[in-house]
Amino acid sequence: MSRRPYIREPSKTRWWLEQPRYVRYMMREISALFIGIYALILVVGLVQLSRGQAAYEKFLASAEGATGLVFAALAMFFAIYHTYSWFQVTPKAMPLTYDGKPVPGAIIIAAHWFGFVIVSAALWLLARS
Amino acid sequence: MSERLVELEIFRYDPEQDETPRFQTYKVPYQDDWVVLDAINYIKDELDRTLSYRWSCHMAVCGSCGMVVNGEPVLACHTFLRDYPGKIRVEPLHNFPVERDLVVAMDDFIDKLGTVKPYIVAKEERDVDDGEYLQTPAELARFKQYTACINCLLCYSACPQYALTDSFVGPAALALAHRYNLDTRDEGRSAREDVVASNEGIWGCSFVGACSEVCPKSVDPAAAIQQTKIASTGDYFMKFLMPWKRK
Amino acid sequence: MDTINTDVAIVGAGGAGLRAAIAVAEADPSLSIALISKVYPMRSHTVAAEGGAAGVIKGNDSFDNHFHDTVAGGDWLCDQDAVDLFIHEAPRELTRIEHWGCPWSREPDGHVAVRPFGGMKVERTWYAADKTGFHLLHTLFQTSLKYSSIERFDEYYSTDLVVTDGRCHGVTAIEMRTGQVRFFRSKCVIIATGGAGRVFPFTTNGAIKTGDGMAMAYRAGVPLKDMEFVQYHPTGLPGTGILITEGSRGEGGILVNKDGYRYLQDYNLGPPDPWPRKKAMELGPRDRLSQAFWHEQKKGRTIATDYGDVVHLDLRHLGEAKINERLPMVRELSISYAGVDPVHDPIPVRPVVHYTMGGIDTDIDTATCVEGLYAAGECACVSINGANRLGSNSLTELLVFGARAGEGAARLALSGVAEVDQQQVLAAAGAAEDRVLQLFRKSDGAESVSGLRREMNDAMEAGAGIYRSADTLQACVDTLQQIRERYKDVLLADKSNVFNTDLVEALELGSMIDVAMAMAASALQRKESRGSHQRLDYTDRDDATYLKHSLAQYSAEDLPAIAYCDVRITRSQPAERVYGGAQE
Repeated sequence: MSRRPYIREPSKTRWWLEQPRYVRYMMREISALFIGIYALILVVGLVQLSRGQAAYEKFLASAEGATGLVFAALAMFFAIYHTYSWFQVTPKAMPLTYDGKPVPGAIIIAAHWFGFVIVSAALWLLARS
Repeated sequence: MSERLVELEIFRYDPEQDETPRFQTYKVPYQDDWVVLDAINYIKDELDRTLSYRWSCHMAVCGSCGMVVNGEPVLACHTFLRDYPGKIRVEPLHNFPVERDLVVAMDDFIDKLGTVKPYIVAKEERDVDDGEYLQTPAELARFKQYTACINCLLCYSACPQYALTDSFVGPAALALAHRYNLDTRDEGRSAREDVVASNEGIWGCSFVGACSEVCPKSVDPAAAIQQTKIASTGDYFMKFLMPWKRK
Repeated sequence: MDTINTDVAIVGAGGAGLRAAIAVAEADPSLSIALISKVYPMRSHTVAAEGGAAGVIKGNDSFDNHFHDTVAGGDWLCDQDAVDLFIHEAPRELTRIEHWGCPWSREPDGHVAVRPFGGMKVERTWYAADKTGFHLLHTLFQTSLKYSSIERFDEYYSTDLVVTDGRCHGVTAIEMRTGQVRFFRSKCVIIATGGAGRVFPFTTNGAIKTGDGMAMAYRAGVPLKDMEFVQYHPTGLPGTGILITEGSRGEGGILVNKDGYRYLQDYNLGPPDPWPRKKAMELGPRDRLSQAFWHEQKKGRTIATDYGDVVHLDLRHLGEAKINERLPMVRELSISYAGVDPVHDPIPVRPVVHYTMGGIDTDIDTATCVEGLYAAGECACVSINGANRLGSNSLTELLVFGARAGEGAARLALSGVAEVDQQQVLAAAGAAEDRVLQLFRKSDGAESVSGLRREMNDAMEAGAGIYRSADTLQACVDTLQQIRERYKDVLLADKSNVFNTDLVEALELGSMIDVAMAMAASALQRKESRGSHQRLDYTDRDDATYLKHSLAQYSAEDLPAIAYCDVRITRSQPAERVYGGAQE
């Protein structure tokens, strides 16, 4: 008949630029990329360490160079953003009840940050010793 | 008393006349307690009877009037003119084919809704003469928010996964499946898992969370889906570890 | 014209229509069902009902109580055999829908909870927070998806019943997305299209409540019964008319005038304390409360606002916790649409048209005088509501009589149908299609749908409001006659076949004009005051002459002819309606 439904397709590459919430989402997703690359750098560091003092010092030199530091800063930012954005949504994935009433989301999020601080402090102390 | 006029730019499409959609501008007298739907009704009654759209209850419970206003999916009957100082751009919901003007074809959602078995698959058969199932207020509270969905489709309009992947079952349908999975009277989780725990179901969701942000009834479909992922993963391992247990 | 063959055609997919469809499917899975609705089922106006559904389940209650509350509430115009059937079936249907998943609010021990409601001596209103209609509708819709024999035709606007030789053979409907008229040929038809509140300008009713099913049956020769009885819900928001549930009074809310005075005590509903107290003050029947407002307005004791006069519904003393638990939607609606938070301020409210007690004349089995035609829900008049409906009886009515209609239709469809002259049937269907095409193709005319509709609304508001008199009603009837004549001159601006809402609204307007004429003409003839039909020139109830149902018979050119039939009285003789202290 005379029906002709009109289809509006989003751009497969630029859809996420349409709204701030999509940009924030992509930032969260891209953070994994930075964290992944940083993890690879650490693995390379381990490999270089196994190859002896000289190799390891060469690795450290490049890690502490300009590009290395810039990347480390970016990775740090994305790691914190990653942590923050995922902690924010933990109440959705784990709704807790206490005494028949729902536990406020803020408490669940705070508990995660608390745990994060404890674990980070423990790892830092370990690294220092 | 000067009458302020509000400009509305409205998406128009008549497949019998228009090759592609266009926007048409109307000027509507401003009233402080009017919602966008009141302005659209004014346009239809006073300015242009050819404008087609869906509406009914005007109290945010029937779900008919979902539209995109200045880029955001909203219920037109619950979106106040006073919150828009400038021009108001009105479009049909995203990610559905446009039938006419502000009317989208909802068939895909209706089909998918049926596939998640959104009804009680009874744990134990019960006669009317046996009276009601007992369900404590705490048990009701566990699934109550997921019963609030009015099927307005704002979540489908906001979901980028649904935009990019035709086969994704989508937020509202999955939230409704979760509602039944949590209901103490139901034991249909395994009956639903083929559709719900599939790649087109919960595993098609990457937790963007836009659905929950736009939901006018605070159903929180994103939460429903993540909780289902956890439950489903549990089910998956239980199948190997304790295959004799079924839910 | 395409023909779709089916065993049972159901027009309307709200509470009654869905319940009927499920009943047919359960009666016999081999029966094919066409569930035809002009909107998707979850948009049906059942969704807006808030307060609850009545059914006797608690130990302190009895069927006798429910019976007497309903009959007295209806000012003795209810058919008492039907009321007996209704109250006995009520708890069974409400339990059945609980089994289907309806999230009824509960007592701490897990049993279904009940709340007090207007006009009821003992609390028996089952509720799902304050969104009972929403939950009932969605439970029914989702449950209906279990049955493969139910085929839905969403967004098909039904236009005419196909009736030959006093038998119904189906219905014609416009497929809205293509504009094509289709003939649903069936062994029987169930009409469940709801009421007609939109004939009035201020109503709680959504856009779709335009009385199409009533008008279809009416034009096909079925009388419309008791059309003069239109219920004004006492508490609607000014301007929008949005419903503020009776449940807010059931939880203890009070109504005060501009002096902060609980004025209902002046109208035989007091004393004001103790409060809350059943069947007294703010828990009196709706017609009395709306009428009290009218009197207060005449005395100048109401509060003036931009949207007319209001009184105040005060919930502050309930406290935030209780409001959030029992009346969350009331709070939300009040904040959004009236700019008032009931936790801190009283809500402005006024009586608003809410429910049509009258409708398609059916017997206790939902059958009409046309063979193969049934009707259930607000569009029908059995009658269990009489001259005034008690709150929370209507949602239960959808389930009880929706089921009954489905069972009756299934029985008929299975019993085999007599031979039919197919030529005649197709000719009738063709004529129905022509009626639509004529309107669609008309290329000249001076009237617009919206203009004429507004005039009809204004005429009904002025002539057939809460209080009526011979001159206001006569003026109304005359105006409606003119409007009906001018309706022939309507010109559509929209000429598209695809989702043409100008066309659908024009057809809805036609239905509304017919229904409005039946309402006004019936009101003019009933020279008494009873329930929600109140006359300034005949202020008393006249059982000697008018303990009868009115029956309006359609005429294409003239006013409907009004006849009367007896009310079926079994065990409750008409008495005085007592509320408040007088009942002690």
